[in-house]
Amino acid sequence: MISLQNIEKVYRTDTIQTLALNRINLEVEKGEFLSIMGPSGCGKSTLLNIIGLLDLPSKGSINIDAQPTGNLSDKQLARLRNQKLGFIFQSYHLINDLQVLDNVELPLLYRDTTAKERRQLATAALEKVGLSNRVKHFPSQLSGGQRQRVAIARAIVGKPEIILADEPTGNLDSAMGNEIMDILLQLNREDGTTIVMVTHDPNMAEKTHRLVRLFDGSQVQ
Amino acid sequence: MLKNYFKIAIAVLRRRKFFTFISLFGISFTLTILMVLTAFIDKVGNSKYPDKNRDRSLYIVQLEERGEKNGYTSRGPSSYYFLNKYAGSLKTPVKVGISSMFNFSSAYVNDKKIAINFKYTNADYWDIAEYDFLEGKPFSKVQVDQAAKVAVISEDTRTAYFGANQHALGKYVEVDNIRYKVVGVVKNVPITMFTFYGDMYLPYTLSKEDYRSKALGGSYTAVLMAASASDVPKMAAEYATAVSKIKVESKDYDKLYSFADPYFTGFVRIVLGRGSDSGITTFYLGLFIFVVLFLMLPAINLVNVNITRIMERSSEIGVRKAFGASSKTLVYQFVVENIILTLLGGVIGIGFSLLAIAFVNASNVIPNLELTLNYLVLLYSLVVCLFFGLLSGVYPAWRMSRLNVVTALKAR
Ligand SMILES: Nc1ncnc2c1ncn2[C@@H]1O[C@H](COP(=O)(O)OP(=O)(O)OP(=O)(O)O)[C@@H](O)[C@H]1O
Ligand SMILES: [Mg+2]
Repeated sequence: MISLQNIEKVYRTDTIQTLALNRINLEVEKGEFLSIMGPSGCGKSTLLNIIGLLDLPSKGSINIDAQPTGNLSDKQLARLRNQKLGFIFQSYHLINDLQVLDNVELPLLYRDTTAKERRQLATAALEKVGLSNRVKHFPSQLSGGQRQRVAIARAIVGKPEIILADEPTGNLDSAMGNEIMDILLQLNREDGTTIVMVTHDPNMAEKTHRLVRLFDGSQVQ
Repeated sequence: MLKNYFKIAIAVLRRRKFFTFISLFGISFTLTILMVLTAFIDKVGNSKYPDKNRDRSLYIVQLEERGEKNGYTSRGPSSYYFLNKYAGSLKTPVKVGISSMFNFSSAYVNDKKIAINFKYTNADYWDIAEYDFLEGKPFSKVQVDQAAKVAVISEDTRTAYFGANQHALGKYVEVDNIRYKVVGVVKNVPITMFTFYGDMYLPYTLSKEDYRSKALGGSYTAVLMAASASDVPKMAAEYATAVSKIKVESKDYDKLYSFADPYFTGFVRIVLGRGSDSGITTFYLGLFIFVVLFLMLPAINLVNVNITRIMERSSEIGVRKAFGASSKTLVYQFVVENIILTLLGGVIGIGFSLLAIAFVNASNVIPNLELTLNYLVLLYSLVVCLFFGLLSGVYPAWRMSRLNVVTALKAR
């Protein structure tokens, strides 16, 4: 499903040069739930962003669903993200000016859908995360756990084959975190969604199929 | 899609109240000034009462004399003698109306002072200028030749002197100890119609300035009316030929400039005319520069405010990109947002303009001038708004859309 070959990422500033990722090779199977762990600053987010086509590697290549992505234009990359990928961030990244339902509909705006279809799909996604009674709320009126559930609904509304989650439970207490984790596990089990999740929590990582450890930009396990 | 842009635009405008206020204020204020100005220029340039034959008329409003040796220049209206001799003898015009600029004077009614601006005219003047007579008719050539003490007065003067809705025909108006018999009452003319405005019109033969004086400069202007609009160029050429033949016999001056101009050119010549240059090119250039600079102010302001918004909305940009918006789509979104903002400003501006125009009309700052907001002006404003929206939206949107997704998401 996802295939990384010899990925390197170098950040250059005026004075220093950071090797954030060093020769990463990774294969993620369809339907797999993979977790990434490692100390802070080891390159977990960088890796996830590169898998998600949000950032370009300095070297190496990425195939998504057997499709090489190296030569795609801005528009083609945007389309690929829209069709195949769903993102969940540690700090939710909801649009505060929009109601819950409009936030969830967002990925569908960049597809050929009618307003009615969008509404139906978004309502269904919110039902799945157990938030169908909050559609008219604004993000600021929700708890952290509820916000993350909205973010999950947004990530799954377009039925992507892959979900990329960067510390989705990082800002939540363990009870809330477990709820979120249960939703992700259910998505993986029932819909066969491939999930790559960055986490600091060994208990969460334990529940996934496979664990990848990073240290200083290199894969150690 | 558009509906969603609209939704977010309104949400953003509501959240950023101060920004919205500043932007809307800038746009609507600029528009208001531009629209009132346009209405004004439109009125001055296009209103036809009582000058209904403008398309076949030319105007001699200024005489310039120059002395090359000593550097003297004198500029102003012409003498009756000059206009009568050189314009009055032309073949192409069917009528030559000659009238003085208005003079200030006052009359007293029950010890109350009334300001009266009076104006001397010849008889032909009344055949060119089609005043609406509420009572009576103009004075005749015979009356002019006899120097009869007769007057045509304006409606305002009649009201001030005789009272509201009183008849004045055959009654007398006393100005500067001279009694004039009223032979006609006409609908008011705004002062912006400078060659036609007056509170009281008298035969030129009554003028204190000796109309037989051979001086070239004086206080008169002329309107030349051709048989048809197609004769106008010929008329201008004929006058130019006549003027070129004049021998200047003066110890101070050796050159003379006088032109038969179209209405608006004549107007501009008074302010900007120098020698043979009417100043009309300078006028349009100046107007263009003024309008562009004036429009730039709110546009630059908007560009600035929009750029400051980049950081604030970078998270949104990151999210949209992550979920499949291309840079192009985002540019489109932000431009649409901005156009919504500017159109909103435009609507408010139109509202303000209506108020401002109503205020100008009601306050009578300029007597007898009724400004109206016409559809052409409205159309211009709409175009101006769209121009604003595009100008101030495209560049910031382009910059925003080029933000790297990860950087955009990190900034909070
Ligand atoms: N835009 C950037 N410019 C320069 N260096 C960067 C940039 N982004 C990340 N880095 C560096 O790359 C390395 C990896 O960063 P990354 O954010 O991937 O770490 P992480 O494993 O996600 O850490 P955390 O667990 O704290 O989120 C760090 O050393 C970081 O300083
Ligand atoms: Mg991280």
